[in-house]
Amino acid sequence: MLEIKNLHASINGKEILKGINLSVKAGEVHAIMGPNGSGKSTLSSVLVGNPSFTVTEGEVMFNGKNLLELSPEDRSREGIFLSFQYPVEIPGVSMVNFMRAAVNAHREYKGLPPVSATDFLKLMREKRAIVELDNKLASRSVNEGFSGGEKKRNEIFQMAMLEPKLSILDETDSGLDIDALRIVASGVNKLKRADNATIVITHYQRLLDYIKPDIVHVLYKGRIVKTAGPELALELEERGYDWIKKEFE
Amino acid sequence: MKAEQQYIDLFSQCEDLICRKSVPVLNALRAEAFAHFERLGFPSLQGEDYKYTDVAKAFAPDYGLNLNRLDIPVNPYDVFRCDVPNLSTSLYFVVNDVFYNKELPKAHLPEGVYAGGLMEFARLYPEIAARYYGHGASMEDNALVALNTMLAQDGFVFYVPRGVVVERPVQLVNIFRSDVDTMANRRLLFIVEEDAEAKLLVCDHSIDDVKFLANQVVEIFAGENAHVDYYDLEESSASTSRFSSLYVRQAGNSNVVVNGVTLTNGLTRNNYHVSLDGEGATLTLSGMSVLDGEQQLDTYSLVSHNVPRCTCNELFKNVLNDHAVGAFSGRILVKEGAEKTSAYQTNRNLCATRECRMYSKPQLEIYADDVKCSHGMTTGQLDDAALFYMQSRGIPREEARMLLSVAFTADVIEQIRLDALRDRLHRLVEKRFRGELAKCEGCRICK
Repeated sequence: MLEIKNLHASINGKEILKGINLSVKAGEVHAIMGPNGSGKSTLSSVLVGNPSFTVTEGEVMFNGKNLLELSPEDRSREGIFLSFQYPVEIPGVSMVNFMRAAVNAHREYKGLPPVSATDFLKLMREKRAIVELDNKLASRSVNEGFSGGEKKRNEIFQMAMLEPKLSILDETDSGLDIDALRIVASGVNKLKRADNATIVITHYQRLLDYIKPDIVHVLYKGRIVKTAGPELALELEERGYDWIKKEFE
Repeated sequence: MKAEQQYIDLFSQCEDLICRKSVPVLNALRAEAFAHFERLGFPSLQGEDYKYTDVAKAFAPDYGLNLNRLDIPVNPYDVFRCDVPNLSTSLYFVVNDVFYNKELPKAHLPEGVYAGGLMEFARLYPEIAARYYGHGASMEDNALVALNTMLAQDGFVFYVPRGVVVERPVQLVNIFRSDVDTMANRRLLFIVEEDAEAKLLVCDHSIDDVKFLANQVVEIFAGENAHVDYYDLEESSASTSRFSSLYVRQAGNSNVVVNGVTLTNGLTRNNYHVSLDGEGATLTLSGMSVLDGEQQLDTYSLVSHNVPRCTCNELFKNVLNDHAVGAFSGRILVKEGAEKTSAYQTNRNLCATRECRMYSKPQLEIYADDVKCSHGMTTGQLDDAALFYMQSRGIPREEARMLLSVAFTADVIEQIRLDALRDRLHRLVEKRFRGELAKCEGCRICK
């Protein structure tokens, strides 16, 4: 599904990613772990086309398409979804208008007519239940005045609405208490299917207690330095990142 | 030749005709207005208040004036497809500057209320007309008011006597219709006496592609405890220039909302002068515009707190694109003794291109001690983080820009206290941002 080859990327002339290689297949859950500043969030930003970053080398293929040539909106419509570490507040744009615009943009891309008002509200109701968001959500402005937990649940709600092929969860566990973490994780698990894939970016093991990865990678100084099974996450939890740092310095 | 000269000559030559085709209440002020206009002349670009609008240039061309009050061959009911449907209003028309008094629908107005032509009103109720006409606007220091008072022959009046509540809003549609370049001197009186309530919606439309120049004066009087709503929606053409001088006088505990929306125009200068004369008066003054192409909007406001315990909330927002030019100058004056004043002013602007220009000047002048005042101004671009967030959900960048622009102006529309109009305006603004508004039916420009 996703093939990353020798990906280099920089921000303001500073190279952050220094040759990433990663292959994700349908049905898989990958965890990307690593100490602060190793390039985890940069990787997710580059994959969704954040214009702050410049790709200097390498290629990314997504279901046979050259991802790096697509606009951010087309990457989304091809089926990539990022759950933001810091979801953006958009005062004045209601969740219902925001989601309707997004859903219809996806439908248009597939050559489908806009969704009817009744079907859309039904869809909102259904998907809302997955992350236990209340019905006041629709009329509220996007993320405005949402608590930390609500913002993250709202990300997963949007993921449920858009049914992506590849979901990237960027530090989705940060700032969550244990109840919110459980809700978010169970939402992600409910959306899991044999034909989609998930990349979980996290600093800690605790999210991985809820979302079980098939493969764990360690990102350090812009490279993937270790890849193993779920047991690697446990080892990192126990020993920290220092032993890895030592190995590569 | 100075731009003023042709108007001075015109008046000198045609004073008799102007007076003959008007009424004594209006004629009584002409000589004085003429003297003021001769003395003042058009405000210059060098002066502080008209830095960004060249008045003399706008008034210099040779416009036709309908001093003879000839019938304009138009049926407004045919040419006007209201952009605010489903809004149940009592509807009236002014064509250029003549009140359209044919085929008037039966008005559902309470007894004692008058909505109709200014000339007719002054003929029927000369005492009431004389009590208000010219008593809100100041021609001593405003050449545009002086010029209007000198030349205006007719206009519109909405009069609501003491204690009467008019539930149904009155809608006035100003139509510009002419085969030659035309100037209109419109005059509007909106009088709401003590304990009365009324709402007036004014819409401007230009239906021909010739040059139009409107020099209008609006006088609003809010009596004690009166509730007054004045909504102004401008959807004119690129070849229309409008100079509007709006004056509000508020008595004690009156509550006034003035809201101006500019969606399409050529050059517009809106002057708002509000005088808070009675304790406890509340004013909400707001406006928004969507400007692109070569559109220009220059907003000037002066809110004068003359007595204690008055409140004013001012909010103006502009969205500029292409080569549009916007200006905002907002002055709040808290006079000596006007203690317990609350006055807040906000001006926010979005500039979408490098070529558009926005000039903003907030100004607070406070001569009292115990007051709460604030002002804030921002001019910038749409939030890149928000744009990217929306794109990352599949929303095309242009659509995201549109949604954010609509959101940016939404709080100005929210000030409108008429549900149907508010909903309709939200949609109209969205259509405007989508570029669908220029294709109105019945309008000759688009045919």
